[in-house]
Amino acid sequence: MVSQQNGRASVFYDPKIRGIFFQAVLFAALAVFVSWIAGNTIANLRRAHIASGFGFLNSRAGFDVSNALIPYSSDSTIARALLVGLLNTLLVAAAGIVTATAIGFLVGIGRLARNWLVRQICTIYIEIFRNIPPLLVIFFWYMGVLSVLPLPRNSIKFPFDMYLNSRGFYMPAPVLGEGAWVTGAAFMTGIILAFVSASWARRRQMATGRRPSVLWVAIALIVGLPLAAFALTGFPLSLDVPKASVFNLTGGIQVKPEFLSLYLALSFYTAAFIAEIVRAGILGVNRGQTEAAYSLGLKPGPTLRLVIVPQALRIIVPPLTSQYLNLTKNTSLAVAVGYADLVAIGGTILNQTGQAVEIVAIWMVVYLGISLVVSVLMNWFNAKTALKEK
Amino acid sequence: MQEHDLNFVRVEMAIAEAPPRSGKGLIGWIRNNLFASLGDTILTLLGVALVVLIVPPLADWLFLHAQWTGTDRTFCATKAQGGIHPDGWSGACWAFVGQKFQQFLYGRYPIAERWRVDLVGALFLVLLVPLLIPRVPRKGLNALLFFVAYPIVSFFLLLGGWFGLSHVETPLWGGLMVTLVLSFVGIVASFPMGVLLALGRRSRLPIVKGVCVAFIEIVRGVPLVTVLFMASVMLPLFLPPGTTFDKLLRALVGVSIFAGAYMAEVIRGGLQAIPTGQYDGADSLGLSYWQKMGLIVLPQAVKLVIPGIVNEFIGLFKDTTLVYIIGMFDLLGTVTQNFSDANWASPQTPLSGLVFAGFVYWCFCFAMSRYSQFIERRLDRERKR
Repeated sequence: MVSQQNGRASVFYDPKIRGIFFQAVLFAALAVFVSWIAGNTIANLRRAHIASGFGFLNSRAGFDVSNALIPYSSDSTIARALLVGLLNTLLVAAAGIVTATAIGFLVGIGRLARNWLVRQICTIYIEIFRNIPPLLVIFFWYMGVLSVLPLPRNSIKFPFDMYLNSRGFYMPAPVLGEGAWVTGAAFMTGIILAFVSASWARRRQMATGRRPSVLWVAIALIVGLPLAAFALTGFPLSLDVPKASVFNLTGGIQVKPEFLSLYLALSFYTAAFIAEIVRAGILGVNRGQTEAAYSLGLKPGPTLRLVIVPQALRIIVPPLTSQYLNLTKNTSLAVAVGYADLVAIGGTILNQTGQAVEIVAIWMVVYLGISLVVSVLMNWFNAKTALKEK
Repeated sequence: MQEHDLNFVRVEMAIAEAPPRSGKGLIGWIRNNLFASLGDTILTLLGVALVVLIVPPLADWLFLHAQWTGTDRTFCATKAQGGIHPDGWSGACWAFVGQKFQQFLYGRYPIAERWRVDLVGALFLVLLVPLLIPRVPRKGLNALLFFVAYPIVSFFLLLGGWFGLSHVETPLWGGLMVTLVLSFVGIVASFPMGVLLALGRRSRLPIVKGVCVAFIEIVRGVPLVTVLFMASVMLPLFLPPGTTFDKLLRALVGVSIFAGAYMAEVIRGGLQAIPTGQYDGADSLGLSYWQKMGLIVLPQAVKLVIPGIVNEFIGLFKDTTLVYIIGMFDLLGTVTQNFSDANWASPQTPLSGLVFAGFVYWCFCFAMSRYSQFIERRLDRERKR
């Protein structure tokens, strides 16, 4: 009563003080909980005679990895084994993202096609792959398809010296000769020049209203320049063709079935989701936009490129980002077929050394780091495509 | 004063012209939908080629050449592989699926006790179906039974050890039963967790908000496999020395934590969609925070995101397959485990088993996604009214 006469509520009802009080309680509870866990963990580790800390990273790994991208043997350090795993994870993720995006955009546009048959095929594709666990699709490729392929002796032959058998997919490996770097440099220069010419064309269009041809110039720069350099340096490239020996194929690039099944499954699975995102994005652009573009005299091609796609991208990019992240996280399913990704190698180390806390911490840091990088990149792209309101 | 009325008003309708013959009937439809242009024609031909290339061999393998009955691997192998079929034969081995069907459903649950699993399944259907049909009344009571009473009853029924029921250890559980238990527990546990985390994330108290954001983002940033590894390897470390911890329970904890973080984001979407007027209205009525959220905001928000919750559930249902990696046998795990059964090992067995498992998962997920679409349309209609 006294407090009300003063025009103030009791301290007990002051939202600020209550807030501080509740947060203090939460903080104290969390602190007690964490210290309890930490105490238990330390006691458990001591009982199991496991030294905590990251010192074990420098000891000898002692296990082999079948598909390492960098030189690695069982005598390498554990840290290097983890690096091998990380590179494998990134390889599958990058390859999967590219393929899933390509299939996803094709199927998504196909679902909106005027052609009835194409529409039905795309719908069936989406409904099948969206509703089946990715792990099952991985097993499907690994155990159902790739492992029942013929032995290396009776490989299925493809054109250009490519072979498919139960040990994977073989293709010729390019061997770079002397002066090959000139071609690479020419390629990079071509790309840079293409960007320069595109920005020049844009400025020209702004100034004169006329749009100089961009596409052909870009193709000439990006394809023609390296080709010319390649010819001038005397074709410094030879192919290492896979050859059949008695039991196996030697030479060339071998893509192992573990990688192939993981890559195919993740691409097909994620593509189904991307297709739905693309479809929603295109449908999300008001029909009036197309009609307005036509009435301004734009042809269907420029209408698509200048009016519909930029607006559709605005809707597509944010969910696309989360699909890319999902695909990257799903590469951890590699452990089920024995593809040596970060989780598989981490699991092996975990079983050998018992350093559970450290390994899980490394996993978390790496995956959170990848998520962060992809998010930043895609947010930058999103900011570029987003509606610029005044 | 006009001599002539120059306005012309048509009083009768003009006779409608028949549409051009080419746009009518079956031929017109085919022309418009399949051969409208040169590009369309090429696409159609490619599509037909694809269908011809895939469908007949698939139908042959699935049905015509499939082996439907049998008791061991000889029924599903060619003569060269020691079986009864001529060389070059390839067909689904449904005999394998038929023989192992009970195991795919129950795992190694004792045969004499399987009625308990059936009873739990029947109860599940009896409580779930009325909950899904919008017209059936008493949703509150139904939901209470389904989400609170049912899990308790199921726990005692499945695990046993009480009321004269024999105790069935969880390592004996397996198959579809484990898949359903994992996804049901995941969704039931994740819901309250998701609500609390979502409220915490939107709280104005910095520590509460920070803790919730950190939890949600960390769990969503890492793959489920690592969360499961963490639950299976690190949970025993976190507990006082000597505590033993059921493997299934570890997987349940991992799945629930993972689902909770995702659920929080779905519910946050619903909370953000509620107009500020609702919050202000509740405040001006003098409701406390929990009254405001529990009586005004959450009921509206949750209803708004039912499709999102169902989608989350579909994702969780598919993700339960990952427990195979930490050595548990759900449906996919049980099927895969049986490939190494020497009695059934043949080149056709893995593909047949996987196609069967895929079909089961597909049926569940497809039904759920259709239900989610149905609810979405219904909510749209209500909003427009």
